[in-house]
Amino acid sequence: MSELALTLVRLAFLGLLWVFVLLAVWVLRRDIRQPEDSTGSGRVKKKSKGRQPKPPKPPKISRKQKVRGNRLVVIDGPLVGTIVELAGAQITLGRAPDSTIIIDDDYASSRHARIYESEGSWVVEDLGSTNGTWIDRSRITTPTVLPVGAPLRIGRSTLQIQN
Amino acid sequence: MKSRRNTELVLLVFAWALGILGTLQVGWATGEGTPPRLWITISAVALIALVMHVVVRVRAKYADPIMLPVGTLLTILGLIMIYRLDVADARRAELNNAPLPTPDVYSQLTWFAIAGILFCGVFILLRDHRRLQRYTFTFGLIGLVLMVLPLAPVIGTTVNGATLWIRVGDFSFQPAEMAKILLTIFFAGYLVKTRDSLALVRTKVLGIGLPRPKDLGPIVIAWFISLGVLIFQRDLGTSVLFFGLFVSMLYIATQRRSWLIIGFFLFLGGAYFAYANFGHVQARVTVWLDPWSYADTTGYQIVQSIYGLANGGILGAGLGQGFPNLVPFASTDFIVAALGEELGVTGIFVILLLYAILIERGLRTAITCRDGFGQLLAAGLSITFALQVFVIIGGVTGLIPLTGLTTPFLSYGGSSLVANWVILALLLRISDRSRRPDLSKVSPDDAMTQVVPRVNQ
Repeated sequence: MSELALTLVRLAFLGLLWVFVLLAVWVLRRDIRQPEDSTGSGRVKKKSKGRQPKPPKPPKISRKQKVRGNRLVVIDGPLVGTIVELAGAQITLGRAPDSTIIIDDDYASSRHARIYESEGSWVVEDLGSTNGTWIDRSRITTPTVLPVGAPLRIGRSTLQIQN
Repeated sequence: MKSRRNTELVLLVFAWALGILGTLQVGWATGEGTPPRLWITISAVALIALVMHVVVRVRAKYADPIMLPVGTLLTILGLIMIYRLDVADARRAELNNAPLPTPDVYSQLTWFAIAGILFCGVFILLRDHRRLQRYTFTFGLIGLVLMVLPLAPVIGTTVNGATLWIRVGDFSFQPAEMAKILLTIFFAGYLVKTRDSLALVRTKVLGIGLPRPKDLGPIVIAWFISLGVLIFQRDLGTSVLFFGLFVSMLYIATQRRSWLIIGFFLFLGGAYFAYANFGHVQARVTVWLDPWSYADTTGYQIVQSIYGLANGGILGAGLGQGFPNLVPFASTDFIVAALGEELGVTGIFVILLLYAILIERGLRTAITCRDGFGQLLAAGLSITFALQVFVIIGGVTGLIPLTGLTTPFLSYGGSSLVANWVILALLLRISDRSRRPDLSKVSPDDAMTQVVPRVNQ
């Protein structure tokens, strides 16, 4: 192998290493640019400051499921924009990873509250949370009917039932 | 979000092709010609990478597309350098009429294959990372047992002053590498449950909100474990790694800066204690402050490493054209010095960037992950990479006192390679969960038992 050929191979190797890195960075950028539209997770929005805040898309719900009118919308707080269809099953709220809506907030408890259907209306029950569940300005102590449009406050989040 | 598995495949093929080019260059430059058994080696690497890719494609369709190729490229770069050092060792043996040493590259390749099998095993056995949370304390216990195992009388082995290995027959293993993973799982599981009280209940002392003494328990235990490792196993690197890992995970879990302050002072205390009481720690610090005065004795290694890096310069001596074998332990602790000599600053930056990309992807996985346990686990695992890279490359280049740690994926050594691939598999497993579309509002309990309808987009 001549000296020149070796030098060329050597530089080509270094060059290709950089091409690999740049390629990886390019993939990474493409990935970031159309980011968490499918995750529906508010945490991401909160942490990725400085990026163009996109209007949070509602999470896709399986089209097969017939929507029964009511839905629970997070109108303020880290998860703002999250929409959960109220389809009869109960909804749990809190920091626990198995909650329907995971409110990761220093002021929310693991199992904070639940919302369930009772005689045609939605009822919210506090599950012994530390900082309380509030409808508008009053802290609820017993299962309470949650009227459409009333602000339900848990920690720093505000939720609302909409039609 | 697209699955991006094809991107991953393209990058993998690229990494593999780079491996062939590098190996050929070593052969040409050293005058060995085409390396013996080249075809077997490169097809083995291709097979391992391909199997890993297929398993990811089938079992974790939405996993991150960059981490697997980056890990593969780093492993391949390590293999090239180990092969290159084998050639140098054989040359030296020839000159001294000594028997030819066994080449290391084949055993490293075997370990890569084992790592690949375990990598696939993680995907096949573990469908959901949250399952690990159930065994939090079991993992914690096994991790602790693994940590102290090298101290056991029969199987524990001391190599170069550090009691880190266990040896059963011909087979030796560094259990701390696996313990690292298990203890990260334990810490993630433990913190996700206790972070409320760790974060919220505090007493003010001098304007800094300090946690209750009761809540300080875990960090104090972590501190004692890492000091114990230092005292009984004489392993500075691992103890720094564990302590850094625990402190950063506490910080991430609670989002309280006071943990960093507490951790920093505990570290200072521990470091001073170690410096005052242990000769080997003192020796490391003295050499770090002034390696040139000890260039013939304790500072020999670091001085040779600095000479090597200087010889490399900007563009490097070229693979096969430097003298990386002059540094003792060039293929394990000092592989970055060897790569730095032959690839130069240009190459070292590539390696650092590859690590940066890997860690960024890991932390990003943590951010997008939807459950607290997965977040903490992904963050913790990424931080083990970050700390290891910082501690060992910092040590080799003389930025911080040298501590023996392996360079993830690059270093010669089975335990470390296998452990790092398992970590990568866990990160990919978590990222598959967090990137998968349309799962966000299915309750996780259902998700574990039901078939989730695939969304084609």
